[in-house]
Amino acid sequence: MIYLEQFTYLLASALFIIGLKYLGSAKTARRGNQYAMMAMAIAIVITLVVSGIAGPVQIIVGMVVGGLIGGVVAKKIEMTSMPQMVALFNGFGGIASTLVAYSEYLEPTTLPVTLDVNVTLILSLFIGTVTLTGSLIAFAKLQGLMPGRPIVLPMHQILNFLLMIGVVIFGVMYVMAPDIPMWPLLIIAAAAIFGITFVIPIGGADMPVVIALLNSYSGLAASATGFVLSNNVLIIAGALVGASGLILTQLMCDAMNRSLFNVLFGAVGTDDSTGDAGTGGGEQKTVTRYTAEDAAMIMDTVQSVIIVPGYGLAVAQAQHVLHEMAGMLTARGIDVKYAIHPVAGRMPGHMNVLLAEANVPYDVLYEMDDINDEFQNTDVALIIGANDVVNPAARTKKDSPLYGMPILNVDYARTVMFVKRSMGAGFAGEANPLFFDDKTMMVFGDAKAVVTGLVKSLKEE
Amino acid sequence: MESLIVSIYVFTLAVFIGFELITKVPPLLHTPLMSGSNAISGITVVGALLAANANNWKVSTVLGVLAIAFAMINVIGGFMVTDRMLGMFKKDKKTEKGA
Repeated sequence: MIYLEQFTYLLASALFIIGLKYLGSAKTARRGNQYAMMAMAIAIVITLVVSGIAGPVQIIVGMVVGGLIGGVVAKKIEMTSMPQMVALFNGFGGIASTLVAYSEYLEPTTLPVTLDVNVTLILSLFIGTVTLTGSLIAFAKLQGLMPGRPIVLPMHQILNFLLMIGVVIFGVMYVMAPDIPMWPLLIIAAAAIFGITFVIPIGGADMPVVIALLNSYSGLAASATGFVLSNNVLIIAGALVGASGLILTQLMCDAMNRSLFNVLFGAVGTDDSTGDAGTGGGEQKTVTRYTAEDAAMIMDTVQSVIIVPGYGLAVAQAQHVLHEMAGMLTARGIDVKYAIHPVAGRMPGHMNVLLAEANVPYDVLYEMDDINDEFQNTDVALIIGANDVVNPAARTKKDSPLYGMPILNVDYARTVMFVKRSMGAGFAGEANPLFFDDKTMMVFGDAKAVVTGLVKSLKEE
Repeated sequence: MESLIVSIYVFTLAVFIGFELITKVPPLLHTPLMSGSNAISGITVVGALLAANANNWKVSTVLGVLAIAFAMINVIGGFMVTDRMLGMFKKDKKTEKGA
């Protein structure tokens, strides 16, 4: 029986790996997801078969309740809310690990409990709980339940440090006297506070990094539980998720030219609402205001347009009408492409999903490195609801928080059109000098209203 | 102790495989990758099933049932939303014909 169990877990692990490999290419991604699904089903079934179903009621109740909630959420969730959902699900992964580890503490599966089981149990409780509370804070920030700006407590880092020391001390006490129930509970409590103090100082704009990092933690929590139970499929699946989350974290940091350390401890960023930063340095410069009709007239004379969508587009729910406009331009023989900055949206790859939902085919979506050389041969760069990712200050202004961040070279296009709600600066609070450039047209207004106006004007011509 | 060593081996090698696989994923697929890996981290459900599987109710059983529910939200929700998202990704037919 033990061989059957182990070999089936091995099969499941292999399927997880193949599934993840297929998830890496647009053509095979859906199949990859299905392979991972199969792997999960196999792992669940063999666990039930081998352990014998002693308590069918509780197992069915748990699976049905969880499955239903998950199913409903997956069906109903708006694509704009994906970051919140992933954040919350990361937290659920964390709490599941904590619960399993604590349950194992109460009723050990193998006796006597060895030192290494106890040590990995501490790890599992700690990582699981940090993932839970950290994810809940990330969720609250993204959902607007709490302010997105960084919250820094007095002596914040010292507090974090003390919490870590606390966990180590409680851990040592626990290992020395595992029968005293206070120690594991204290570990959980310290980890819970640490998860909160770890995420609250991180600004709303940096949430993509945090979600990716917590994604990684949720995997590591599963792995730690696998160590406790000596179960290889948990260790492998968890490690895969841990690695994947870590890579996405690194990619997001690179896209903002920030170190992970700076993101976690730098407390960078303003409120998540686009504050009215005005003209920044207080200099009186003028911008030229245009209307959607003016923009439509320009479109009449051009041959190539690159659209740069930002999160403002998604907030205004303008993806669909934008796709309609792009279709009209294409019908007139204009070459239309989309340029997607790696941190457009609120989580890695978010903008791609939002555009896909509006039926924009993925082969007109270009990554930054693939399209940046094309702006100089482009008539119009149309920037909708984005700012920081096209701010040339990132190239030149050394004291700017944006300095060094790779940006889309929209300023090389012949005409630059901004569709924006206000003159407000972006997350980074850095004014955009491009607003005042002679070749820049500023069209103020809600993205959806402006693009709808554009479509209307294009139709009338 | 021996089993711990084996576990560390397995974990380390799996991390390397993960790095190898994910490094090549294009940004287009990053969001589905995250929701999909979310579902995969629901593998904790295996541990939860072992914890909940008892013929009498103890605190550990209750915790196990809760863990099953939370992990299953991840599993079902994660896989379904990933599939929904991937179903939206379409290639432009015209371009395909032209190319």
